[in-house]
Amino acid sequence: MSAALLIDILLWSSVFGVGLIAFGRGPAVFSASLREGSLDFINIVPRIALGVIGSGYIAAIIPQQVITGWLGPDSGWLGVASAVVAGAATPGGPVIGFSIGTVALKSGGGVPQVVAYVVAWALFAFQRVILWEIPFMPARFVWFRCAVSVPFPFVAAAIAMLIGKP
Amino acid sequence: MGVSSHRLHHIAGALNQDGHPLDPTQARLSEPSPKDPASAEDADSEPRPGRVRKPIGWSTIIIAVLVAVSAALVWRRDGTGGVLDILTHDLSLFGGILPRVLAGCLLGAFISEILPHEKVSRSLGPKSGLMGLLIGTAFGAILPGGPFTAYPVASALLAVGADFGATIAMVVSWTLIGYGRAVAWEIPIMGTDFTLWRIVISLPLPVLAGALGRFVYVRLYPKPMTKDDET
Repeated sequence: MSAALLIDILLWSSVFGVGLIAFGRGPAVFSASLREGSLDFINIVPRIALGVIGSGYIAAIIPQQVITGWLGPDSGWLGVASAVVAGAATPGGPVIGFSIGTVALKSGGGVPQVVAYVVAWALFAFQRVILWEIPFMPARFVWFRCAVSVPFPFVAAAIAMLIGKP
Repeated sequence: MGVSSHRLHHIAGALNQDGHPLDPTQARLSEPSPKDPASAEDADSEPRPGRVRKPIGWSTIIIAVLVAVSAALVWRRDGTGGVLDILTHDLSLFGGILPRVLAGCLLGAFISEILPHEKVSRSLGPKSGLMGLLIGTAFGAILPGGPFTAYPVASALLAVGADFGATIAMVVSWTLIGYGRAVAWEIPIMGTDFTLWRIVISLPLPVLAGALGRFVYVRLYPKPMTKDDET
């Protein structure tokens, strides 16, 4: 069974589970939240459409080579800093992000720098922020969350240097 | 029903304030405001506001401009064929994502309906301390699914009384130590060794990010007196 299928099954069983609890609170609660969720869905679809379809074009004009270049051989804190920028600027989904990380590891990139890259990518890859976080969350929360997250790829790199792993 | 319109009120406010980060009327999304205390949800019998969700905000416009410029650049470089290639690929991606988005929206709606607001604002609110950050972290780590679940659920938590700090801990925990992306993508591509160590290194980060978020939030937006302050 593929991991994606497993996650889909987990996802829908969770929906089913909380739906059941809601139904236990009474059919009115259930139908109210069903309507609420559907309205959210209808409301979000145009933004998701714009994000999914648009991000392909944005990704197409940022070649991966540019990103890989930023994950260059600089092994100090400057390397960490450029890895953070590279993580934020990486277009595309997880396949591209992790593949760039793997390429960097294999071509002699420093481990703390790659850790910083992966953490920065997870925290603020622009495509996920644009495509998912801004449509669903209050914009003020998103900017705030990104701003307070800035130190943490550096913290991760420092821990990696300290413990000498992975 | 009262709970539901309460949430709608918050979500609508949230969506409307796109691009107006300092609008003072929206400044306390994460906390129960004096006029709208979470504990008084039963009294919240105001009629459900109409269709006030606005799908178009400043962020949307900026993204649309960005997309249009990028598509134009692709067209100049690769011609109409290149533009259509990306369009068909992304349309099929979009079709695959839609059911999951629906699942995420339903999950968010059900969770905000069944979680007691008073309890949430006590255990995840501004006064929840380290425990609230740990609960947020645990919640983010066990949440199934991808961004299509994490953000609707985080948004629902904000609406029912979690503060920015606990919600930041949840979102950061989901993205850094959640198992979904690690199992589906990171382990196959980067290897088990790297992934596990990367997760171990990331373990303290959600709590730290949430704590920093709280620390900055109360200084950035000094909150007015509420009855919470007396406790």
